[in-house]
Amino acid sequence: MQAAALKDPFVPDICRVASARRELADAVTLELEPLSGARPDFRPGQFNMLYAFGVGEVAISMSVSAHENRGFVHTVRNAGAVSGALAALEPGATLGVRGPFGTGWPVAEAEGRDVLIVAGGLGLAPLRPAIQEVLARRERYGRVTILAGCRSPHDILYQRDLERWRQRLDVTVEVTVDHAGTGWHGDVGFVTGLIPRSPFDPDKAVAMVCGPEVMMRFAAGALLKAGMPAADIYLSMERNMKCAIGLCGHCQFGPAFVCKDGPVLPYDRIAGLLAVQEI
Amino acid sequence: METMEQILGQQSFFAGFPAEFVALIAGCARNCHFKAGEYLLREGDPADSFFLVRQGKAALEIASPARAPVIFTTLGPGEIVGVSWLIPPYRAEFDARAVEPVRAIAIDAKCLRAKCESDHHLGYEMMKRFLPVMVKRLHATRLQILDVYGHR
Repeated sequence: MQAAALKDPFVPDICRVASARRELADAVTLELEPLSGARPDFRPGQFNMLYAFGVGEVAISMSVSAHENRGFVHTVRNAGAVSGALAALEPGATLGVRGPFGTGWPVAEAEGRDVLIVAGGLGLAPLRPAIQEVLARRERYGRVTILAGCRSPHDILYQRDLERWRQRLDVTVEVTVDHAGTGWHGDVGFVTGLIPRSPFDPDKAVAMVCGPEVMMRFAAGALLKAGMPAADIYLSMERNMKCAIGLCGHCQFGPAFVCKDGPVLPYDRIAGLLAVQEI
Repeated sequence: METMEQILGQQSFFAGFPAEFVALIAGCARNCHFKAGEYLLREGDPADSFFLVRQGKAALEIASPARAPVIFTTLGPGEIVGVSWLIPPYRAEFDARAVEPVRAIAIDAKCLRAKCESDHHLGYEMMKRFLPVMVKRLHATRLQILDVYGHR
């Protein structure tokens, strides 16, 4: 363990792509095996810096719990040069991995309380490890509700997981899309519209919210309106992470460094910053 | 057997509504059912009724030539289907289709409009109920238009 503590955080480990699964037209899930054979350990909500050799490095959250023993699993959307290179990796390819970094979702702190998961678009990826860990110890939590919003029925991430969770009798799963054709029998509307009708006790609930910042801001507003204290609402922030250990300042968000103090932050700490332009 | 007044009084939409107004509205209300696929409202038709959904789900749709209809919102228990009854020329702006069996309270819009005209206190109470519904939908529509899940 001492060796791990002394490890240079700027030196990536080399990992091999064990599998690459296309989730959506522009998103791929990579399962990564460290060449060292080490078994990755991390908390839900943490992220790695993935390095596409010769292209660059980008922060990507874990998308499967460490308890699943599947190595590092990351869902990557092709949104730029680096993420595009990562999304194009095929099984057997190698890449650099630094991490895990950052804070995690309050999975342990939520024990004994209702859990409300609010995901928008690819925001379900960083939340999936938290969902998996809550459901693995389901008896320790109150009511569990998963709300997922996305653009259209073609853009539903982890559809099989959502179907599996929905089949359980102890979880409420609601999926809504922004627009749909008449073949869609689910909900249509913005994800915040699902909050007022969700079964949770605002005084004894923890909300974990991830998605585009606009969506998170309005989701937090809807949760406050439902009676939840701001301190019980957690958001996963995204900024331009570089060093990932709070040295370079690229990801500064007001007084916080998203890489070190986040990415998961309680809403009461950042509420005033979310509406400020260009922070 | 519950009376219509009792049923209306249990709906969150009418929470805190004065009892005498609930009685007035009950005089314009009836229970109704729609099978999946049936239309509650058709675009362009007179907005003679609006609905308070008790069970099931309805979709608001926009149809356009040579394209399949697009659903832009769904409405479930406790929600109102139809706001055009408030606004001249009192014609439905969109199609409303039951995507699953819907049990609802249908309120005769002509009947209620007449009561609102003759009792402006009732009309004001109704406006206070409907304005937040419309603002909430406008707000949701803005967020949908932002297409926040798309590429930045």
